[in-house]
Amino acid sequence: MLRLRQFIDRAGWPRIIIGLVLLSLFVVAPSVGVRIDASLMDTIIRFGMNGVMVLAMIPMVQAGCGLNFGLPLGIIAGLLGATMSIELGLTGVAGFAGAIGMAIPLACLFGWGYGVLLNHVKGDEMMIATYVGFSSVSFMSIMWMVLPYHSPTMIWGYSGQGLRTTISVDGFWSKILDNFLAIRIGPNFMIPTGTILFFALMAWLMWAFFHTKTGTAMTAVGSNPDYARASGISVDRMRTTSVILSTVYGAIGILLYEQSYGFISLYNGPFFMALPAVAAVLIGGASVNKANITNVVIGTILFQGILTMTPSVINAAIHTDAAEVVRLIVSNGMIVYALTRATRKSR
Amino acid sequence: MTRKYGLKDGLSRFFINNAVPIIFIIFIAFAIPISGFSGPYLIQELFIRVGRDSFLVLSLLLPIMAGMGINFGMVLGAMSGQIAIILVLNWGVPGIGGLFLAMAVATPMAVLLGWFSGVVLNKAKGREMVTSMMLGFFISGIYQLIVLYFMGKLIPIHNPVLVLSRGYGIRNALSLLTMRLSLDNLIPLKIAGISIPVATYVMIGLLCLFIWWFGKTKLGHDMRAVGQDMGVSEDSGIKVERTRILAIILSTVLACYGQIVYLQNIGTLNTYNGADQTATFAAAALLIGGASVVSASIPNVFIGVVLFHLMFLVSPMAGKNLMGSAMIGEYFRVFVSYGVIALALALYAWKRLKERERARRSLRGGKES
Repeated sequence: MLRLRQFIDRAGWPRIIIGLVLLSLFVVAPSVGVRIDASLMDTIIRFGMNGVMVLAMIPMVQAGCGLNFGLPLGIIAGLLGATMSIELGLTGVAGFAGAIGMAIPLACLFGWGYGVLLNHVKGDEMMIATYVGFSSVSFMSIMWMVLPYHSPTMIWGYSGQGLRTTISVDGFWSKILDNFLAIRIGPNFMIPTGTILFFALMAWLMWAFFHTKTGTAMTAVGSNPDYARASGISVDRMRTTSVILSTVYGAIGILLYEQSYGFISLYNGPFFMALPAVAAVLIGGASVNKANITNVVIGTILFQGILTMTPSVINAAIHTDAAEVVRLIVSNGMIVYALTRATRKSR
Repeated sequence: MTRKYGLKDGLSRFFINNAVPIIFIIFIAFAIPISGFSGPYLIQELFIRVGRDSFLVLSLLLPIMAGMGINFGMVLGAMSGQIAIILVLNWGVPGIGGLFLAMAVATPMAVLLGWFSGVVLNKAKGREMVTSMMLGFFISGIYQLIVLYFMGKLIPIHNPVLVLSRGYGIRNALSLLTMRLSLDNLIPLKIAGISIPVATYVMIGLLCLFIWWFGKTKLGHDMRAVGQDMGVSEDSGIKVERTRILAIILSTVLACYGQIVYLQNIGTLNTYNGADQTATFAAAALLIGGASVVSASIPNVFIGVVLFHLMFLVSPMAGKNLMGSAMIGEYFRVFVSYGVIALALALYAWKRLKERERARRSLRGGKES
């Protein structure tokens, strides 16, 4: 009994409820005619698609900059990389690698500016991050219209200028990682090995980084800035580094998402992309000032599992399509919960 | 510490403190001639839009006074207003009577949601703004659940015009033909070809009086004290948490009335994506008017609404005449609304950080550099 209570205290009610709901959805699924293997495959694919963007939350949380609501900035760097790669006509592995290669320097640049800004506003990072994200998305909406892209697959056919709202990556690098070493079991089940391996690589890099000297210093800055300063760590530099790292992961994350999804969404596409990633890491057990890779893996599986299962089960059971609404309530409710639970740091 | 500021210093302080409105005035001064709109047209539009929006923006003042920053949770009020409007449309009560009935129906909902919001924000002291924003997103999910799935099923809706063809859920856009302009045209007045919605302005005037009077009451003083320093207020016997909850309840209820006034002017209810934007636009307007996260006044509201709407009016046409595409102007004004909030928040947080550093330095007895 005591151990049960300890477990509940550690995990927190929302997580337990979400876990139980997911479990019961899987139990109910066969009786309303939803195939378990297809649902599992969907969950795994979505896990691979979103995983790296959720990983992007770790550095900033660890460095004490809070949840990265400004993730759209990193996503924009990724989108610029993707569109430039298509513009240059790169296909296959070269196209995907090219997109990543072009996105990373841009993400470093954006992340640096964003990090410097956040250093000037300590204590209010999350609010300002949100609006940095929003305003950069709306600024890029103008840019997508006026930047000189020429590739006929990307620009509007009738006016001959301005990028389309959704661009297909078919014939460029669609599913390039999903299909790499993919394991097919039966007609309804497939493991996108390449994407999962890529996620594992990114997670390992993140893990390794936090075991280097810089990584340890970053954690120190997050848990006690004064102590960190006293031991000779430059707090501002560590924070900027964490923001850059987070932005780079956001950029790579969106590319991974796009190769699996098959489309690039521009304009208002990245607007609310930060919220699912934030919600996922919180569901996994992270808080506003602590997050690790286990949180990311558990949280992404739980969150994406809920997202896959609710629509199919509810749809099959009572013939409504409440998926979007359930997503809004679960993800935003989780974020509100985490914000109210956060232990306040002494200022 | 204190020293006299010279004229030049004073001038530069004035510009720094009012940077946002000044930038906007300069921008608009350039954009109006480019857009090619005539003076009377702009004045007429401004009269309509100030009447439409001021109420919503005024609802943000009290939480700022109580030190809780911009209440992005005002969308909770806006949503209860929208639910009330749907119910009144369903009952078929027309005109000004319907409008006031909607307000009466919405009030208990807004009070309840405001109380909930206040309780949540009390648990998130120091990050009220981001929490209230996420709370708005969260409640917007619940709102959609109610309006899209419960209405017509659990909540009986008789009027077939309101319901989607599948038999439940409310349509995307509802026409408020029976209530449209019922407040604006209650007392018709036309001066030099420009019609003025007198009744709406009377209501806004009364609200301003209320806020001014409220600031002088005991509760108003308590709120200011709480906004200054929660610890000191608690020690001097003010119930801090209760005061903060009251500020949020008042703000939510006012936002709910504001949304109803707004909708009767617009004449259509955008059921699913109208309310989310309300807080962003209201906050942007207030900040453009020179308010900050800790101090906002009634003049800030009106300066802000006028400047914001001038920008909104002229930027699509200016964009079209300058760049050859109205869409660019369209995206531009969205960018400006978000950008100005980011800018104003960042400027304020930066200023506060600098002040704290200065205070620390003077404690150490060092000289101000």
